[in-house]
Amino acid sequence: MTLTLDAPRIVTTHPLLQVRNVSKSYGSVKALRDVSALAYPGEVLGIVGESGSGKSTLLRMMNLEETPDTGSYTLDLPDVEGNLFDLDRFARRMLCATRIGIVYQNPHLGLLMKHSSSGNVAERLLVAGERSFATLRTKATAALDASEFPLDRLDAPPIELSGGMQQRVQLAKAIALEPALLLLDEPTTGLDVSVQALVLDTLKRLQQERRITMVIVSHDLGVIRTLADRVMVMRGGTVVEAGLADQIFQDPQHAYTQQLVHAKL
Amino acid sequence: MTPILDIEGLSKGFTLHHLGNQIEAFDNISFKVGAGEFVLLKGANGAGKSTLLRTLYRSYLPRGGVIRFYSDHGPIDLARAADIDIAHLRRTEIGFVTQFLQTRPRVSAEAIVSEPLRLHGVPADEALTRARVALSTFGVKQDLWKAYPTTFSGGEQQKVNLARALILPQKLLLLDEPTASLDANARAALVSRLEELKEAGTAMIGVFHHPGDVEKLIDRVVDLTPDLINSEDRTDVDL
Repeated sequence: MTLTLDAPRIVTTHPLLQVRNVSKSYGSVKALRDVSALAYPGEVLGIVGESGSGKSTLLRMMNLEETPDTGSYTLDLPDVEGNLFDLDRFARRMLCATRIGIVYQNPHLGLLMKHSSSGNVAERLLVAGERSFATLRTKATAALDASEFPLDRLDAPPIELSGGMQQRVQLAKAIALEPALLLLDEPTTGLDVSVQALVLDTLKRLQQERRITMVIVSHDLGVIRTLADRVMVMRGGTVVEAGLADQIFQDPQHAYTQQLVHAKL
Repeated sequence: MTPILDIEGLSKGFTLHHLGNQIEAFDNISFKVGAGEFVLLKGANGAGKSTLLRTLYRSYLPRGGVIRFYSDHGPIDLARAADIDIAHLRRTEIGFVTQFLQTRPRVSAEAIVSEPLRLHGVPADEALTRARVALSTFGVKQDLWKAYPTTFSGGEQQKVNLARALILPQKLLLLDEPTASLDANARAALVSRLEELKEAGTAMIGVFHHPGDVEKLIDRVVDLTPDLINSEDRTDVDL
């Protein structure tokens, strides 16, 4: 008996995020060459690669901070249509404030370091139009609580907090409006191991409880392995391999991925 | 018997780029498994038993052949299915029990065991209750339920692992030496749970270091020794 090969698709939902054929050059440096990526609702996509591989550039594009030379970006959300790279500055800002959350490796990029921690989170709510002081305070506190930030430090400015706590404030700000997409750029790099485990655990819990779609960029394979469902391996601005996380780690196909996986401690 | 898995001409090898060579794991394997059937994989160390299980689970990419799985959504070739479909099937229809527990820091034993139920839509309270029953069935002491398994002994970790892996009935269950490092009571609990699942129609493919543990469950044996790849009736085989 010959078995037919055309299997039906089981998951028929559309990907939440689709980046198609994106290329970007800075002068003579090609940061991204024809890169495509997609993430399904509730999925965690991990992007790994060495410094300069283009992974952070790609993440910044997903946060609409950068515009590629060519390529498109769509999010399958109500009232969000067309290529998001075509949006003007105001529309981008609104979309990012309300639907996309981001946590940067460097908290200085994501936070006002001298304002209170709850104020940092409230700022995100203000951008989205929330004006009641009581609601701002309640929602900001709830978001900080969900990020496991100690609530007796609500008024402390991030500059007085440890690195792990600063990441929690960023995370609270990112999830305050229940975004559809959470972008994480090396969220645990620079934190000591025990704090790293706590932050990872918080992320995993948030992902399971809220089914937020996440894209996480890291050069730390352990972090990616803990969080990601699927993994994209980047090098020199291109995607060299993509697959299920356990397949990428247990049966890497590309020479570079093998080198990367074998180099892990 | 309702077919669950139909494997035809399956091959797997590994390309080691840094050595510039290829390692063959197995070649041209074909066999079928039906609902409620238990297939034991046999063969010396290195014959490719675990590799075959991982290939069926798609942790390894097959080199050639067809793995036709009769899912609730219709037949699908696991060798070529999209990653997202494989991820979905792993959550709903295909289980894999290994010798190792993948722990996450700061997650309690009962949370780890109840997780597959919660992801399947079972309310948190009920999931927790069922997780506790599963933990006690496998002999994990109650004072460990809220503890983090990262620090457990190998045997205790394996009990948590089994409780988690077997809590949700699956259509197809892949078993990679699940009895390793278990005491006699836990082995008995495992066999009795597998019996229950088999009764309920779960198809199983397993590798066991001591097949005697699961002797009464085995319907067929597939021998992966090269040049001897075929399936035999269980009665012909010396366990």
